[in-house]
Order: sequence, then structure tokens, then C-alpha cells
Amino acid sequence: MDFIFVFEQVLNGLGYGLMLFLIAAGLTLVFGIMDTMNLAHGSLYMAGAYIAARVHESSGSFAGAVLLAVLLTVVVAVVLEALIIRHLYRRDHLVQVLATFGIILIADDAVKAIWGVAPLLASTPAALAGPIEVFPGLPYPAYRLLLIAAGLLVALGLYALVHGTRIGMLVRAGASNRQMAEFMGVRVGAVFAFVFALGAALAALAGAMMAPISAVQIGMGEAILIPALVVIVIGGIGSIRGAFVAALLVGLVDTAGRAFLPPALRAVLPPALAAELGPALAGIAMYVLMAAVLALKPAGLFPARA
Amino acid sequence: MLQMKKVALALVLGSALAAHAEDIKVGIALDISGPFSALGAEARDGFDLAIDKLGGKLGGQPAEFLKTDFGGSPEQANQLVARYLQREKITFFTGPIGSNAALAVGPALFAAKVPYLSSNPGPSAYAGEKCSPWFFAQYQNDTYDEAAGKVANEKGYRNVVLIAPNYPAGKDHLNGFKRLYSGAVKDEIYTRLGQTDYAAEIAQIRSAQPDAVFFFLPGGMGINFVKQFVGGGLKDIPLIAPGFSADEDVIQAVGEPMLGVLNTAHWTHDLDIPANVEFVAAFRNKYDGRYPSVYAAMAYDSLMAMDAAVRDVAGKVEDREALLQALRKPSFKSVRGDFKYGVNNFPVQNYYLREVGKDAQGRLTNKLIGTTLEQHQDAYVGACKR
Repeated sequence: MDFIFVFEQVLNGLGYGLMLFLIAAGLTLVFGIMDTMNLAHGSLYMAGAYIAARVHESSGSFAGAVLLAVLLTVVVAVVLEALIIRHLYRRDHLVQVLATFGIILIADDAVKAIWGVAPLLASTPAALAGPIEVFPGLPYPAYRLLLIAAGLLVALGLYALVHGTRIGMLVRAGASNRQMAEFMGVRVGAVFAFVFALGAALAALAGAMMAPISAVQIGMGEAILIPALVVIVIGGIGSIRGAFVAALLVGLVDTAGRAFLPPALRAVLPPALAAELGPALAGIAMYVLMAAVLALKPAGLFPARA
Repeated sequence: MLQMKKVALALVLGSALAAHAEDIKVGIALDISGPFSALGAEARDGFDLAIDKLGGKLGGQPAEFLKTDFGGSPEQANQLVARYLQREKITFFTGPIGSNAALAVGPALFAAKVPYLSSNPGPSAYAGEKCSPWFFAQYQNDTYDEAAGKVANEKGYRNVVLIAPNYPAGKDHLNGFKRLYSGAVKDEIYTRLGQTDYAAEIAQIRSAQPDAVFFFLPGGMGINFVKQFVGGGLKDIPLIAPGFSADEDVIQAVGEPMLGVLNTAHWTHDLDIPANVEFVAAFRNKYDGRYPSVYAAMAYDSLMAMDAAVRDVAGKVEDREALLQALRKPSFKSVRGDFKYGVNNFPVQNYYLREVGKDAQGRLTNKLIGTTLEQHQDAYVGACKR
């Protein structure tokens, strides 16, 4: 277990965590501010991935593909908000779950109708396909470095937006006490629509960036939704800072579980048992983390409504 | 969870002008959608080519070929087989790609005395203790890995890292590799089934510094793994795989990073046997110059085996015992060359080493390197008592 190995795993965990953050940020804002459970958030992630993969394949421009994916997904989200989500704000959570689950089913079938059932193969932009020597002895995929850089930039931008602008102040006001914000004259409808579109843009960006290193397929949105929900629960619902810290924690714990647990178990247990137990334990590492955090801080690490 | 739609495309080819006692119907369950969709499409193309070549007949008798998608789900496969047996009264069955579907539909078919000529999976259960006279395999799943283990020995690799998804078939394949491999296993990595990001595993491989990596990661998992393996700067470590993880579908999807991947199979498209040369030429002619994969070749072979058996019993398929005898002694020219069945109806045959290279037009494809195992039999035949 040398330094290079550990450093590479930290980079891996960081990259995964930052992408989780992009998805969880939108989810936590929508849930925290609008008190609306939007299961269809994963479908926006899927839309971003599909559009980016298709546009990149046909145009050859990766930057253009990511941009178009974000723009088109935001358009879809605005329509979705006006047609369906807007009518759910004042209903109870069960109705919201039912309605947004229905959107997932429709979205999956729509993708099937437009792009077919076979998974798309998104390619890494040619300039970034190879490795970069981070320091001697550790070549690291250039694309993953881009992922980390983009994730950090967006996190900084989001922090500046939420904590440094007027609209950010309204968003925070809505998150900490919606009713009071309404009494103070905040036009919550407009704030909600803005937050929903922002969340969609972040999810689409994550989908577009993740497409080349994951599989662009139907159901990818549901698969990423589960770790994203774990992140917002750990971070405290409605809190961007919480989502950021929790996403990095989950990313690092998940990667560490996969990387360090099996060899560690092999050292103390018989090989057959270690081979059984290692992957199983690695798979539940992030849920153990969630349980531990909830036991100590039931409202999450950074609750928005303190 | 969301796979609720069943798209049934029953395509009827040839008319059932029945002059004989039993109409010959072939039930073909296809993986057009679902986890094995790319492989299912390959198999479909192989079946279609065979049906064309046979003129919609079997052994000179009019026959009906029923093709239905079951989406790779064992439950749906069961429902489909029940329909095939009760409503259509099929004579033969073939088609599923996954071992799980093959294991699910077997009992009903065997009870109804319908021969199941598997066009792909050869699960160990059917080769050993659960063997049935009604099941005919193309190969036993682990035999590919046994051949790969021998390749590792011959190449002089003494430290190998193994990687497979954490599910029963993944463990079977790694055990198959270890059966003939005589060097040390540096590390044995099990990943999540359906995993797409292999960064953590690739770091483990980098730190283990093995002579070679053996991977069994079918479909999209293998595509992502090889891309990320090369992207992570490990392209100097040789990759060995059973043919499933390095067939034409994977090669075309991954592209250049596949160059040099060693893989083993019981058939390859440049095998110089007249029946194979004819098949490959016809396939490339029908499907835009694409090379066939093992899945297409074995789908084609399955229908050819049925054709020969029906001819051998002069169309009297209702005499099931005679039909079984005819199937057990195949009189057709297989695209893989000569083979014979063991007592468990699993073939005793050659296994070949292939390497991903380029053809004369610069297209990436598998190239035959040599024969790894001659007339090799599976490891489970001893457990088949009947």
C-alpha cells in the first residue's frame, strides 16, 4: 500500500464525489426550499448524458455537446416545472413521489423511443483520452482531471451564487424558513422556478461529464439517484455546503471501500471468505456512513433549518 | 424494475402446409432488449442468415420459425416458453443468451421432451449433475477460461490479476481460469455487476504490477473497463480474456485500445474450414461487411444442427427418441469444424487463441493465432449420471 496507490484512490474518490455533488446540489435545493420530493431528478441527469453523447458523436465538439446538453435539459426542466411540478408544491410527499415516479417511467420510455434500448457509447474527447503524468510513477487519465477541475469550479461558482448574490439570499431565505420568506414578500414562485432550472442544469452537466466514463443507458438516472439521496441526507436537506461535504465523504468512502477493504480482509480472513465478504462490505460502506451520521446528527451534518 | 414492456415480435416464415404428422416449429427466444441486447442482436442475425440459407425449411420439410424478444429476463423467458409449449407446440427450442434464462426455461422444455439446442450458454449445472438428454450445448462456460489459463502458462505469465463481476457466473469464470493456470494469482478482484467506473480497480492493478490481467466482464462492463485501463496508462500490461469479453461487439465499441488483447474461443471467423468460409462470406455479404461474432456463428450452427437432424429422421420428428439419436450424432458441417458430444451433450472440441489485430482493410477484428486446447472436454462431465 504505497503512497501512489493511496493518492490515486483519493483522486478517484474526489472525482466521483464532485460529480455526486452536482446531482445532489439540485436535489437538495429542490427538496429543501420547495419541500418537494423530485425523484425525476435522475431523469434530467440521463437526458444530459444522452444529449451530450449524441451531439458529441455527430459534431465532434465536446464543449459544444456539454453546453447544448445543459441548455436543452434546462428547457425540458422549465416545461416540466410549468406543466407538472408546479402543481405538486402544496401536495403531500406521497403524491409527489407518485407523480415524479411516473415522470421517470415516461422519461425512460421516451428515451427508448428516441434513442433505442441499446446503451450509447460516449467517447472521451480525443485530446483527453490518454493519461497525464501527475508525478513520476502515476499516469492519471486526463479526462478525470478535467472532471475534478470542472466539479471544483462549479462548486465555487455555486457557493458564490448562493452566498454572494441577491437571488442566492432569496434561495437561502426560502430554505431556512419558507413561510417567513413569503411573508417578507419574496416571490416564491419565481424563486422555485429558478431553483428547479438551476438544479436541472447541474444534473445535466453531471450527466454530460459522466457519459464518457460510465454507460449511457436507460435507468442510469435511477442508479445515480440513490447515492445522491444518501448525500443529501448526510449533508442535511437544503444545505449546499452540507451536500458538498457529504458528496466528497461518500465519494471517498465508496472508493476506499472498494480499494482498501478487500485487501485488508484478505490479510485477516481465509481467501474464500474474504472474496465473499469484501465486495459485499464495500457495497454497503456508504450506507454505513449514512447510518453513523444519522445516529450522531439526526438532521444531517449541516441542517439548513437549524 | 422498470422493465414492464413486452414487445413480442412473432415473425412467421414459411407456411405450414402440413403433409406429415407434426408441424415443425422452432421456438426462438431472443435478447433484443435487456442486458444482453447487443449479443441478442448478433444471435438474431445468425438465425436470420440460417433461415435464409435453409429457405425457411428444416430437413427439406416446411417449418415455422417463431422469434420473440424476452428482454433478457428469466421470468419472461419462462412465460414465453410456456406459450411456445402449450399454444405453439414447438419441436425445437433455442435462443437465450444468458445462463440465468437457460437455467430457468430448461425444466419445462425437458419435461415436454422438446430438444433445447442452446445457441450460447453452457451452464455448469447442465453439464454436471443436472444434465439432461434434451439439452445440447455449444461449449461449457468455463472451458473458454480454461483455455485462457493455458495461454497464460504458455506466455510465461507467473503473476496474474483476475477481475470479474461479483455474481455466480463471475466466480465460475475465474475458477475456470485457475483450473489450468499454474502461476500465482496476485489479486482476485470482484466488482459490482453492471459497474461502469473502474478507477478504483485500475489503481489496484497498477499497484499490484502483474505480468498480465485476466478479465471476464461481459457487454458494457468490459467496454468501459478496457477503455479506462488504457486511458489510465496501463496499456503495457497484457490483457487476456475469454472470447465473450473480446468479441466483435466489444472490439467495435472500444476501438483502438483493444489492439493486442488475447482471447480464447471455440470458433473464430478466420477459421479455414469450408463451412465456415461460406458462413462468414454470406454473413458479411448480408450485414454490410461486418464480421460475425461467436453468438451469430452458434445461432447459425444451431439451426443447421436442427436441419440435419430432421433430415436424418426423414421428417418424422414425432419420434422423439430417434430425433435425439440424430441430434447426438450431428451429420452437418459445423462452422467450428469437427466435434462430438460427451455423455452430457456438451461438445468435445478444439479451443483457439485469438488476438485483436487489423485486417487487410485496417478494420479491427480478432485474428486466429493457434489452437490452445485440442478436443477438450469440460470439467463437469463426470458429475453427469443418467
